[in-house]
Amino acid sequence: MIRFMLNGEIVTVEGAAPTVTLLDWLRETRGLTGTKEGCNEGDCGACTVTVSTLDDTGVTHQALNACILFLPQLAGKAVRTVEGIAAPDGELHPVQDAMVAEHGSQCGFCTPGFVMSMYTAHRTGRVDHDDVLAGNLCRCTGYAPIVRAAQRAASRPVPAWEIDERATLEALAQSGDMSGEGLYLPGSTASLAAIYAAHPNATIVAGATDVGLWVTKQFRPVGPVIFTHRAVDLARIERVQGGLRIGAGVTLSRLRGAMADRHPDFAELIRRYGSVQVRNAATIGGNIANGSPIGDGPPALIALGAELTLRHGEDRRRMPLEDFFLEYGKQDRMPGEFVESIFVPDQEDTLACYKLSKRFDQDISAVCGCFALHMDGGVVDEARIAFGGMAGTPKRASAAEAALTGRALDEDAVREAQNALTQDFQPLSDMRASAAYRMQAARNMIRRYWLERVEGVPTRLVGPKSETGVA
Amino acid sequence: MASVHQPKPHDSGPLHVTGAARYTDDIPAPAGTLHLAFGLAAVAHGVVTSLDLAPVRAMPGVRLVLGPDDFARMPDVSPSPAPEPLLCTGEVQFHGQPLFVVAADTHLQARHAARAAKVTFEEREPILTIDQALAAGRLLEDPLEWEKGSPDDALGTAPHRAQGRIEVGGQEHFYLEGQAAMAVPGDGDEMLVHASTQHPSEIQHKVAQALDVPFAEVTVQVRRMGGGFGGKESQGNALAVACALVAQRTGRAVKMRYDRDDDMTITGKRHEIRIDYDVGFDDTGRIAAVIFDQYVRCGWSADLSLPVADRAMLHADNAYDLPAARIRSTRLLTHTCSNTAFRGFGGPQGIVGIERVIEHIAAHLDRDPLEVRRANFYAPGNTGQTTPYGMQVEDNVIHGIVDQLTETSDYSARRAQIAEFNATSPVIKRGIALTPVKFGISFTLTQLNQAGALVNVYTDGSIRLNHGGTEMGQGLFTKVAAVAADAFGVDATHVKITATDTAKVPNTSATAASSGSDMNGMAVKAACETIRDRMAQHLCTAKVLWHDRDEEGKGIIDRDGHPVIREHAFDCAPDDLVFAADQVSDGTHSIPFWAAVQACYVARISLSSTGYYATPKLAWDRMQRSGPRRPFYYFAYGAAVTEVALDTLTGENRILRTDILHDCGKSLNPALDIGQIEGGYVQGAGWLTTEELVWTPPGPATMGGRLATHAPSTYKIPGCADRPQVFNVALYENENVEATIHRSKAVGEPPLMLGISALMALQDAVRAAGSDVLLDAPATAERLLNAIETSRGSGW
Repeated sequence: MIRFMLNGEIVTVEGAAPTVTLLDWLRETRGLTGTKEGCNEGDCGACTVTVSTLDDTGVTHQALNACILFLPQLAGKAVRTVEGIAAPDGELHPVQDAMVAEHGSQCGFCTPGFVMSMYTAHRTGRVDHDDVLAGNLCRCTGYAPIVRAAQRAASRPVPAWEIDERATLEALAQSGDMSGEGLYLPGSTASLAAIYAAHPNATIVAGATDVGLWVTKQFRPVGPVIFTHRAVDLARIERVQGGLRIGAGVTLSRLRGAMADRHPDFAELIRRYGSVQVRNAATIGGNIANGSPIGDGPPALIALGAELTLRHGEDRRRMPLEDFFLEYGKQDRMPGEFVESIFVPDQEDTLACYKLSKRFDQDISAVCGCFALHMDGGVVDEARIAFGGMAGTPKRASAAEAALTGRALDEDAVREAQNALTQDFQPLSDMRASAAYRMQAARNMIRRYWLERVEGVPTRLVGPKSETGVA
Repeated sequence: MASVHQPKPHDSGPLHVTGAARYTDDIPAPAGTLHLAFGLAAVAHGVVTSLDLAPVRAMPGVRLVLGPDDFARMPDVSPSPAPEPLLCTGEVQFHGQPLFVVAADTHLQARHAARAAKVTFEEREPILTIDQALAAGRLLEDPLEWEKGSPDDALGTAPHRAQGRIEVGGQEHFYLEGQAAMAVPGDGDEMLVHASTQHPSEIQHKVAQALDVPFAEVTVQVRRMGGGFGGKESQGNALAVACALVAQRTGRAVKMRYDRDDDMTITGKRHEIRIDYDVGFDDTGRIAAVIFDQYVRCGWSADLSLPVADRAMLHADNAYDLPAARIRSTRLLTHTCSNTAFRGFGGPQGIVGIERVIEHIAAHLDRDPLEVRRANFYAPGNTGQTTPYGMQVEDNVIHGIVDQLTETSDYSARRAQIAEFNATSPVIKRGIALTPVKFGISFTLTQLNQAGALVNVYTDGSIRLNHGGTEMGQGLFTKVAAVAADAFGVDATHVKITATDTAKVPNTSATAASSGSDMNGMAVKAACETIRDRMAQHLCTAKVLWHDRDEEGKGIIDRDGHPVIREHAFDCAPDDLVFAADQVSDGTHSIPFWAAVQACYVARISLSSTGYYATPKLAWDRMQRSGPRRPFYYFAYGAAVTEVALDTLTGENRILRTDILHDCGKSLNPALDIGQIEGGYVQGAGWLTTEELVWTPPGPATMGGRLATHAPSTYKIPGCADRPQVFNVALYENENVEATIHRSKAVGEPPLMLGISALMALQDAVRAAGSDVLLDAPATAERLLNAIETSRGSGW
């Protein structure tokens, strides 16, 4: 039995399969057809809803994609849909009003999703509209009037009719483990470890941004499901001896915040990882554990010398992150064992992250190159370079690292490191990029590091270091 | 309180933002509604050697499964005279071709069951590319050729000559609402179909033919689509026909919607094209002659490919006078989804061809491409010049547009600043380009240029509006409602917009070719004027009597319980009676519009009328090779200046600024028109930059031909931050020289081609990076880096 708030009312769902999506339930069971299905894979944002969660810091409001959000993930939370943000008397919410006034809807099908992204941002005071809306696709307007609407609404306060969910969420809060037919909702990492050790054939679901597609697109039977989101101790970021310990359940959104000062280039990379909706759901543990060769977290973390802690029951083992990835589709993980945390050692920030994708925002990388070159007296004394998209796994460029280590970082060294990449990688051609492009782009990333870090040449199209003034 | 020419918001805006606007899948379905899914072919070309549907029938919730053997005569879903079977009848023509249809209790059950069939294929080598189709001689029809002057002679004597080729990719529509339909059986043979379609009449015809009933038995309703862009002109036929067939067999309501991946795999896209050119020109870049060879990839069936390919030929001149020209078009069949209408309908491909020629000339002469463009524009106004297809250009405003736009965009100064920037920026290079658009307005199949309307005025003064056009987001209903409100001099809030319905207005054309407001606006105006003239005739020639009402609209009763009857006599000729500000007036006295309506009712004057419009002046025969002809009523014009920044290490790029000046004649609704321009530009820029369709090459497991980019995770339409960071859009002060609806111009398609300026700005940036490679499209980051690396000797 799952209980949560829906547009201000407490609802109880009994007996639903663990993989029923919020979107299907809203549309088919509740008759709330305002939330739209555009892609059914978390890419278009037409199904965006706001989910409010009670945690240590209070109530947080986040935009999420309902199409790849399973009902059990909502236990103890509050959901708001596009039908639930206007005043009881029908007065439009400021973002709705602004969308009409600025001609922000044409066909209107993407509009509920945009409205909910804008509503969430309005409620939380975010004004980085391009980022807030990167996960909502519109095919009619060219976005300009939608951004104008977001700007217009930003000057108006949160309306007086907005309810505070805190009291209800506190009443709904449950501690300890929960379970149901084919699903487990452990209340702690220790319970998660015990349950998974006992049911190694189960599927672990953290944010469901990957497993969601197994269900909606691939129709893969997922067996019993263990949801991790109630294990709050899995989602902590802690300062420990010599570095930062990041729990596997930390979302990309929170990781971005944690990296903003330590490694701003990693934070900027995460800004382009998925979309707000995806980053609010996706966890760094999932990004690592699924072993994808094109995940953006691992190359950056490998370059930072991160170490992984795996847990099975009460047993833990620790390894350099790069050692976890054995080959395509295969990781060094035993049945019943899961990623518990990542350790990022303290270090001088030399990290540069270069994400290359067909579309700038919300696109999977063709190549992601991450560089951390420690210099001493003009000489490279340690080089850590890792790439995504260049091999069957996220992988270090050992030959290129060797070509750079122990010498001055100059054009000759760059050329040798570039040439060494052919020993490191034999990339594939697919719909994202050809092998030749991947290799040439990777070569040029080494050159970019030298140009911007040693020669001081502006090389960035966007971001704080941009030459073009694009934020 | 004028209704036309005002920036009124979209009529459905408040419904859109609250989630209350109903799309086809949101219509409450009757109890017991079945849901359909197609089982799809897993090879691009081959023969189905066995199709075992028993496992499908055994899946949970399955009620009915229909394969090719379940039809005595396979229903046809083609929009053209050439047949297109609903289900594959033996030889698989593309990967994703429907093989069977399954009906289940839920959408999800149907989708699951559709993958349970045991199918074996004898795979054959597919024809996928233009080269393969040319080699195999797979033509949809004989090549078509039009000619003006003597291009061979003129090429021979021109001071300069250049030859080249541009390849331009296709484009997925990515309407946010996928294809959807629902059929509800009625009495006897009646069938009601709700469909997300731009062409309700064609759905009506296809469904009636499939059910073997007269057209009159089938009603098709469309309130709105969640985007169309041409992708719902013919591609919804299969869903509606499948729903109706299962509804007929089961007696239940039946619904079908494609999951996004199925939608992208099954439905047609913008036509990919290859254009070879041979151009002769003088020292200023003035073109003497050009020969175009257009090779159009049509996919597996005819669909709308012939008129699409024709329109590519019809736009090979764009805004440029070509003294001598030959345009030849070869229409090729491949084992891929059948390409279809997409905003611009071939026109954009034709225009990209001539814009590339201009860039080539400019590079050859080392001149600013804008100078070359100016040197070749048609003369201003009524030019006395003819297009390569023999039409006089009588309304040219491109000079005025470009003069004003270069001024407001500060083109020359920025071009100099960009050169300065590039001189000191080794990695990031900027580029700028101005490109014009001249787009022909009318269906090239002349019979389609007709429209109908039905207007009902009720005795409370409210007006119900029906016409043949469909609403896909473009604001057609809002515009046409303004026309009706204007005709009766009432506020648009009195005009009730209704779903498009084949039972109200018959024999309609698709809402396409940008013609929606031109044609339906005129038909509605005609209907309104018929009613208004009847009213005026009565009001000015008889005593006017009506039952007065209070502010809430209730009839006022006197103390004795009798209705309070008011009386008036107008003192003017019927033609002089003024309908304005919710009143009817002879200049000295006025009565409320509702009162006038009531008076007419009492006097037994009909308050309902149809209206009809047929576009004048058209004279077109596509088979005629040369000589005077007129496929279009008029042209719409526009121009855009785009500035980009290009990362020469990866090919990634950003649009920094875009300035647009566009001609909507005397705009019916400036806000909606600017919306079409902004959206069209971004869609056009997306087509030419990030939107790349990739089909798999032959591999060890299959012979290839599967669309690899079948979801938004792999097919990248522009996102929010891809719009120009500075985006200035203005309407050019103009009036249509032709007598269109309130002298406005069509706006649906023309602005898409403004996006070509983004491609040409990237070309400029590539040039600044030292490369003389002329770009193909889409100019993905990969293609751009390859162009740059090629000049460094490290291309691939």
